[in-house]
Amino acid sequence: MEEIVNIVILSLMAITVIAIVFIRNLMAVVMLSGIYSLLAASIFVVLDAVDVAFTEAAVGAGISTVLFIGTLALTTRVEKKPAHKPYLPFVVVVVTGAALIYGSFDMARFGDPEAATNKHVAPYYLEKTKKHTGIPNVVTAVLASYRGYDTLGEVTVIFTAGIGVILLLGSWRRGLSPPSSHKEDEA
Amino acid sequence: MKDYLVLRIVTKLILPFILLFGLYVQFHGDFGPGGGFQAGVIFAAGFILYALVFGVGAAQRILPNGTLRACIAGGVLLYAVVGVASLLLGENYLNYSPLAHTAKEGQHLGILLIELGVGITVASVMMTVFFTFAAWREK
Repeated sequence: MEEIVNIVILSLMAITVIAIVFIRNLMAVVMLSGIYSLLAASIFVVLDAVDVAFTEAAVGAGISTVLFIGTLALTTRVEKKPAHKPYLPFVVVVVTGAALIYGSFDMARFGDPEAATNKHVAPYYLEKTKKHTGIPNVVTAVLASYRGYDTLGEVTVIFTAGIGVILLLGSWRRGLSPPSSHKEDEA
Repeated sequence: MKDYLVLRIVTKLILPFILLFGLYVQFHGDFGPGGGFQAGVIFAAGFILYALVFGVGAAQRILPNGTLRACIAGGVLLYAVVGVASLLLGENYLNYSPLAHTAKEGQHLGILLIELGVGITVASVMMTVFFTFAAWREK
């Protein structure tokens, strides 16, 4: 049963990607990339990674789509035709894809208890989380407590992204309200 | 979007539930899937929906740029300050154990606070990006 679900979701993802490559209407591309993220989230649910699935659904399918639409409103809705034939990019993509598939032959089988990733620090976290933190969700404990320093870095990345957008596009006048509300107040 | 009556009414109806769900994800992250990142995005999505339907000006009357910018920095600051607090209480940076009477309670409190910091920063950055784009378009 799980195999059928996997095959269906992965083929839908492949179809979505092919559609994204061929469609020139960027609004449709943004919608399709949202659908792609939602399908990816479903795959993560099948893999029992609910926290990752949640993030993918909220960030990938939700907020990214909105921000892309915001960007399209600032730029244009139709992609220009490329000046050259896309043979070189196609070769690059095929070679990179082949290298990645070749690399995946060395990966451990999914869920293999003897895999290096499952024998390193994972057993320690699974065993000690309850004793150290008393929190049932090991993912939260690792993210917020054991690897709290990394998460601080992640938040700083988001902070930096926000500051970058404000510096590039934001208004720096005193009062700090956007131009639209000024207009409304005057009217 | 003044003419879309259904859209306006439905937005008003579901908005409290979106925000409530955001808060649930924020404070229930210890027990189920979720946490500051997801909660911040959901919370921001609620406000962005409001801005899409009622206009950015209306949304910014609740959250003006000054407040949002203070929140962007405030979330990271809250996170970092929790780390400094554990330093001052004689433990390693971001080791929450000494924050309360028992180590477990300290970990609970620390995780709650830093997740709150994450949520505040993520939500306000997402809203700022959207509002800034929208304001740029109206220029």
